[in-house]
Amino acid sequence: MSALGLTIAVPRGALMEGSLDLLDRLGIDTAEVRANDRKLLFREAGIVTMRPSDVPTYVEAGAADIGITGKDVLMEQSEREVYELHDLGFGRCVIVLASVAGEDRAAEALRRLGVMRVATKYPKIALRHFERTGRQAEIVEVKGSVELAPLTGLVETIVDLTATGTTLRENGLVVREEIAVVTARLIANPVAHKLKAAAIDELMERLRAA
Amino acid sequence: MIHPIPSGTRDVLPDEMRELRAITAAAHDVFEQAGYGEVATPALEYESTLARGGVAGALPAYRLFDEAGDVLVLRSDMTVPIARLVATRFEHAEPPLRLSYVAHAYRGVRPQRGQPREFLQAGIELIGAPAPAGSAEALTVMCDVLDAVGLERYRVGVGDVDLYKTLLDGCDVQGEARERLLRQLVGRDFVGLAREVEALGLAREATELLVRVPQMRGGPEILERLGGAAEAAAEGLRGLSALLPPRVAERVIFDLGLLGGLDYYTGAIFEVYDPALGVPIGNGGRYDDLLGRFGRPLPAVGFALTVERLHIALTGEERGR
Repeated sequence: MSALGLTIAVPRGALMEGSLDLLDRLGIDTAEVRANDRKLLFREAGIVTMRPSDVPTYVEAGAADIGITGKDVLMEQSEREVYELHDLGFGRCVIVLASVAGEDRAAEALRRLGVMRVATKYPKIALRHFERTGRQAEIVEVKGSVELAPLTGLVETIVDLTATGTTLRENGLVVREEIAVVTARLIANPVAHKLKAAAIDELMERLRAA
Repeated sequence: MIHPIPSGTRDVLPDEMRELRAITAAAHDVFEQAGYGEVATPALEYESTLARGGVAGALPAYRLFDEAGDVLVLRSDMTVPIARLVATRFEHAEPPLRLSYVAHAYRGVRPQRGQPREFLQAGIELIGAPAPAGSAEALTVMCDVLDAVGLERYRVGVGDVDLYKTLLDGCDVQGEARERLLRQLVGRDFVGLAREVEALGLAREATELLVRVPQMRGGPEILERLGGAAEAAAEGLRGLSALLPPRVAERVIFDLGLLGGLDYYTGAIFEVYDPALGVPIGNGGRYDDLLGRFGRPLPAVGFALTVERLHIALTGEERGR
């Protein structure tokens, strides 16, 4: 366990570097984590590493006391019973609605067919967005590269996360709408939030000072 | 041969049953000694009866029709059925009434978490005993049960569902803005709460209070240095804190952001935590309006421990020893 006696869920992938840098600044030694790319559990440092979308699962169940994950993950898993403690600021991305450049085929589908087909890894966020804006959409959930879906005619449009827009551009897609700006968040298990209140508050203090 | 049982239910075999029985027997003894007579109610109630309690936080799992076409529901907790029982069977009895139960309840689940739809609750209802003395008695009986079953490292979170609302009144936040703030707090989203509070453009002191107070938890000392509108909001908890016997007080963590999940809660609410489990083992609170909805207005308080979770925490503590 870490110096504070907390087990921390750290996301692998795009948010990992920023998360480890942050933990270093908070006085939690991450050298061992950086040195072992395949190891998942670091008892000494109190760190467990996992996919960002698994972080709320571990934290909700109490397998980790606190965790770092993207707001996009929290929005998609909005029914998770975890505390959202702090906006960590890094890992800024935008959830966008995008489609093939040129004439907007989604708008045409909506007008002529009454519904547009949308590929996404975020079915709940997408569905909420279309409900809020009063449009009918057929959500197609995909696991891999979402950009492929409108290029092959699977769908007219996609809802996806983009940091710089490079992948979208390279695949000939343009952003039509911005749905939400997301950043990395610090979350906590509701029981740990009480039983380890002093350690979590100390961490929050260090965060504000960092 | 495999004959499936409904999802969210399970069989209990002798080894497990023996241990569950030890827990419920200990609870029975404590209830009996504290003067809480045991009651049983039907597993099925009319849907209209349970609806009086509201269903948020205790979504019924099973609905069915009887031969007359009436909609029946398997009870989602024991508090609402006991409120009905008190109003009809103890219409003229002199309060306070002390009742206990060990009974199964049935709730809808959020998928993919291995949550049960059927679970065993052991609890009490103390009816006709106002705050803070009634709440202190319920908390004491609850700690006595947890001690009696042998749980050692448990703590009890104590909050007040009216605290933040009083604070909002004190800061003169009304209407839609108030609902937005409460929604963030129910969602446990302190980032969203801070954003919504700041967007209101209140005076600095009010902004600071509305963001900081619901994140406070700790011993009775946190009730003392609140300042401003929060001073009055914590009055209820200060009164309760003063009445707790030392063996209960040492277990209590006051949590000024705790809201409880159930529709009928009105004042103090409790949750039981153990380091061996990531979810609460039991909960309780005041429900001063519920009996009135059944025509016998009486202040009341109660708690329910989930026996299976208590069992998991007990085995977890044993393993950690």
